[in-house]
Amino acid sequence: MSDVLTEIQPGVEAVASTVTLRVWRGDSNGGDFESYTLEQNEGEVVLDVIHRIQATEAPDLACRWNCKAGKCGSCAVEINGKPRLMCMTLVEDMPEGPITVTPMKTFPIIRDLVTDVSFNYAQAEKVPALLPPEMPADGYRMYQEDVERGQEFRKCIECFMCQDVCHVIRDHEDNKQHYAGPRFFIRYAELEMHPLDQNDRRDLVREEMGLGYCNITKCCTEVCPEHIKITDNAIIPLKERVVDAHYDPVAWLGRKIRRKTKVSSADAAVQPLP
Amino acid sequence: MTTTYEHHEYDVLIIGAGGAGLRAAIEAKQRGLKVGIITKSLLGKAHTVMAEGGMAAAMGNVYPEDNWQVHFRDTMRGGKYLNNYRMAELHAKEAPERVLELEQWGALFDRTKDGKILQRDFGGHRYARLAHVGDRTGLELIRTLQQKVVSMGTDVFMECKVLKLVHDEAGKVAGCVAYWRASGEFVTFSAKAVIIATGGAGKSWKFTSNSWEGTGDGHAMALWAGAKLIDMECIQFHPTGMVWPLSVRGLLVTEGVRGDGGVLRNSEGERFMFNYVADMFRAETAESEEEADKWYDDHDAGRRPPELLPRDEVARAINAEVKAGRGSPHGGVYLDIATRRSAEFIRRRLPSMYHQFMELAGVDITRDPMEIGPTCHYIMGGVQVDAETAHTAVPGLFAAGEAAGGMHGANRLGGNSLSDLIVFGKRAGAGAAEYIEAGNSAGALNMSEIEAAIKEALDPFERETGENPYDIQRDLQEMMQANVGIIRTQSELDEAITKLDEFTERVQNIKVKGGRAYNPGWNLATDLPAMITVSKCVALGASLRKESRGGHTREDFPKADENFGKFNLAHTSEGGNWDSPIKTAESPLLPVPAELKALLEEAK
Repeated sequence: MSDVLTEIQPGVEAVASTVTLRVWRGDSNGGDFESYTLEQNEGEVVLDVIHRIQATEAPDLACRWNCKAGKCGSCAVEINGKPRLMCMTLVEDMPEGPITVTPMKTFPIIRDLVTDVSFNYAQAEKVPALLPPEMPADGYRMYQEDVERGQEFRKCIECFMCQDVCHVIRDHEDNKQHYAGPRFFIRYAELEMHPLDQNDRRDLVREEMGLGYCNITKCCTEVCPEHIKITDNAIIPLKERVVDAHYDPVAWLGRKIRRKTKVSSADAAVQPLP
Repeated sequence: MTTTYEHHEYDVLIIGAGGAGLRAAIEAKQRGLKVGIITKSLLGKAHTVMAEGGMAAAMGNVYPEDNWQVHFRDTMRGGKYLNNYRMAELHAKEAPERVLELEQWGALFDRTKDGKILQRDFGGHRYARLAHVGDRTGLELIRTLQQKVVSMGTDVFMECKVLKLVHDEAGKVAGCVAYWRASGEFVTFSAKAVIIATGGAGKSWKFTSNSWEGTGDGHAMALWAGAKLIDMECIQFHPTGMVWPLSVRGLLVTEGVRGDGGVLRNSEGERFMFNYVADMFRAETAESEEEADKWYDDHDAGRRPPELLPRDEVARAINAEVKAGRGSPHGGVYLDIATRRSAEFIRRRLPSMYHQFMELAGVDITRDPMEIGPTCHYIMGGVQVDAETAHTAVPGLFAAGEAAGGMHGANRLGGNSLSDLIVFGKRAGAGAAEYIEAGNSAGALNMSEIEAAIKEALDPFERETGENPYDIQRDLQEMMQANVGIIRTQSELDEAITKLDEFTERVQNIKVKGGRAYNPGWNLATDLPAMITVSKCVALGASLRKESRGGHTREDFPKADENFGKFNLAHTSEGGNWDSPIKTAESPLLPVPAELKALLEEAK
């Protein structure tokens, strides 16, 4: 073996303790917890332990994952009852005792830790796209301070844990019909604050996306793995804009004068041509 | 007995929903075609999301003297001249336009003071050329394309795994057979044109930055369907992967750390890269730390730091330092930005690296150095395509992105991958559209091919006893890492080729536990044929290329050999089944036209 990096594995010693995972196993017909006890290795995250269970005892244990680096948001589950990314949850940081791993509660079960998150993709289809002015030959000019607000929201990795934890849909299944949820409120906020956008989605957000249902308990902000200030920087400013647009005649007049390029909110629901 | 399966029909069917697949979909859709996209994961989770540093495009926003000619030259030099020159040329010319276009769809890049797209330095690029968003550029790219695709109303089949391409009676590619991961039910697709955009194959190595998806499905399917795979021996080991703790070994650390001032040191604290400057790069590389340090602020004040040599050079140097006993405690070397830049600068420019090390390794990169070592990252090799249209040798089959070969030659420059996706994604979409507009279509799917693929997929449930697919995957990864890793030699490659035949037999004896609904063990069992097919091509190519070039380093042939620089090694399948023999032949490089050759000569 001439590749020395494969030979050297110093310091790889199992910590002299074990880890027990209580994993919910089942499907839409029901299920139960199954316990798995394994040796604990230094520096492991919960996803590593799940992978070791799959490789040995339970190759059919269903879970989602991709990047294993906190960048794709695939491995969101609930760990000890709290939404977490399995790839960013260190076993040694968890309290003593078995670690409980369950699927996200707000979405229908497919199998084991995998849920049907199609609600979120359906919401994404409803978002009226960016409507920019025609691009000058050498590109748009935008300044760092103008793009930074939107950049915060574009850090979203779509783990959907904010959607999972949001009481409006977690506790009231019916609300999914008329509530977009925190992930999409930051998307609407991002577009609303986008330096190039000429679309106006405020009536849509108020009337069809259920922004008013959010009672700013900040649960979404607390679980965001990207530390996006969902409530403070997106939802509250969005609520202010929507309320201004709707009730404040001065703001309404100002908008009429200022936003010559904005299309009407009726047009906003129509996608621009590809 | 014939079974009927769920069936869908499209003009253009795209396999893979990363940057290349999504960009191809936008193009085909804009031309009025009916487009379907199939992805093994959820939309927006493809490997593109993990790209960090940026996308290379000679926009000249930071250095106005930059232009496509310099970018072309850098790409060819980085690829050690094994590239399809025409792809490198088109890429350099079209990347700026493709990047600007993303802003029309909502992308928000970091800005220069005068409001243009900011560009950062990266290895092998003469000028600061990478458009970026902090260190999460891939996320910005995939989200932008995803949102555009969704706004256009494109059908996306998520968590759907394609088993095999299917021909019509005339031998054209006519569609594919797949299964839904959620239910395990089979589904067939017909299309006039199929685009392979399935990404890479790095999951066959033990230490890799690739996710479970990087199993080379598209490479293998194209080979089985009659296409040629070229340059498969050229594998990029990214110099900076995390090495500790073991659970994150291989996880990528962006080259942006070095572009933004980070340096490599050995256990003695020495900036060792100064000792590893190849002749080819000597004229343009700094000779002292003082000279190198001036360069960051002003590229005219000094020459480039050796830490920013192309990735193959840096990976080999790290390997050599560790071998010489000057490595870090966990078998890597140190990447130090803490002593070179302010904490505020590091957190602003490299936020996800900061979090990655803080949360997974307990290391504060604003105070301490990172321990890093090479990790399997990218396959330069792929399906041989026509540069203009992305058409493969099989009528109706196109390929783009990491799954296609030629663009990067023997070694890819950092930042050239994201731009590759959008340049050739668009070209593949256009190529497929033109193919269809010219009146081409495909006949009915060959049902016997479908039935054979389904039987093969279901066999692991039928066996009474057999092996756990995870055991085979682990052994394959260990063997490929040990025998077909960064540094290769004939005896180990010969052993690899023999062992891959044994792996083929083991795969034919897999027993899967449980049912078909969302069963990762079964899913892996259906990935293994592709992993082994691709590994065979890599090992065969590595065995036959008796020289060192780019991402292919031979201990027994340590120098580049001019004669080997004249052709690609091209693999074809003799039989079209996954266990059919693979034939390897020389495929001459396209001759570089005089005016482009002049650009390369100038640089030498």
